[in-house]
Amino acid sequence: MNIFVLPIQLFLSLFLLFAISRVFLRFKEGTISLGQFLFWCGLWLLALFSIFYPDFSNYWARLLGIGRGADAILYTSVIALFYLVFRLHVLLENVNYEISKLVREVALLSQEQTRRQPQKQKAKR
Amino acid sequence: MKTLFVVLPAFNESQVIREVLRKLKQELKKIKEFQSYVVVVDDGSSDKTSREAARGGSIVLRHVLNRGLGGALETGLTYAKRKNADILVTMDSDGQHDAKDIWPALQPILADQADVVIGSRQKGKRPLDRHLINLMSNVVTWLLFGIWSSDSQSGFRVFNHKAIRSIKIMTQEMEVSSEIFGEIKRNHLRFCEVPIRVIYTEYSRRKGQQNLNGPRVLLKLIIRLFRS
Repeated sequence: MNIFVLPIQLFLSLFLLFAISRVFLRFKEGTISLGQFLFWCGLWLLALFSIFYPDFSNYWARLLGIGRGADAILYTSVIALFYLVFRLHVLLENVNYEISKLVREVALLSQEQTRRQPQKQKAKR
Repeated sequence: MKTLFVVLPAFNESQVIREVLRKLKQELKKIKEFQSYVVVVDDGSSDKTSREAARGGSIVLRHVLNRGLGGALETGLTYAKRKNADILVTMDSDGQHDAKDIWPALQPILADQADVVIGSRQKGKRPLDRHLINLMSNVVTWLLFGIWSSDSQSGFRVFNHKAIRSIKIMTQEMEVSSEIFGEIKRNHLRFCEVPIRVIYTEYSRRKGQQNLNGPRVLLKLIIRLFRS
């Protein structure tokens, strides 16, 4: 390990420490489960480790048949991002569906009410 | 007496809805075998569609927010389910369908030869761009849902009691037309097509599916495959 810290290493490690602190806070709040907490902590710690030991990512990249560790990280990140965007689309569609269900019930209920109102008025008379 | 529900999803159709309803009611009067009900699903219109539809003598279900064609159709379908309808007909509210086609389209259902009938727009002139878009949509529907239809995007459909009870629509917009074929397959329903007349006017062209919607519809259909 080089004892001199490059500006990019400093910047990235500060960002990762911030990310880890957020994960910890979310876990404390109870918004994320223990499994999610461990997954995100593991991921960010692995990234932190790779910043200071680039050979670590290079080793995995070579195993995958990719020359540089940085490239391997970039490729897997792009794939992960594509997948996340797709998951978000599915989630958004499900939310849309739930809103439609609500709008539908309102429409059906108000139709039922308008149908009953004249009947009630007739009964009063 | 058996009941027939005609559902017309409508979005900002105040200009034409009264006339469409008048013609529809005229034709429905001739069908003596069923007690008919016309249901307009106003999909959050900003004009007077609901008022015009109510004046035209239909049952109006009003969405407080615009949910798209799929959302509106599911509302009509849910209403028909709750009213225990025997037959459900869906038609466009822009006047592109001819109410005279309802009776011939009912025949395969009355003869117990089909659970779902799709009105294939074969009669009448159709613009070339619509022909091509429709062909591509048919191919996509076939690839994704495994059923070939000569007019997968037709809004003219007839469902019998079994189909009304088993079909569940999850998509919100134009992709619903293809999704219905997925539902036909999933529920092992018998399906057939009957030729219907299409009346293309400047108005209906403006209101219908836009040609550039294709990729968006395709994406939504792929997403549909990943939803439960």
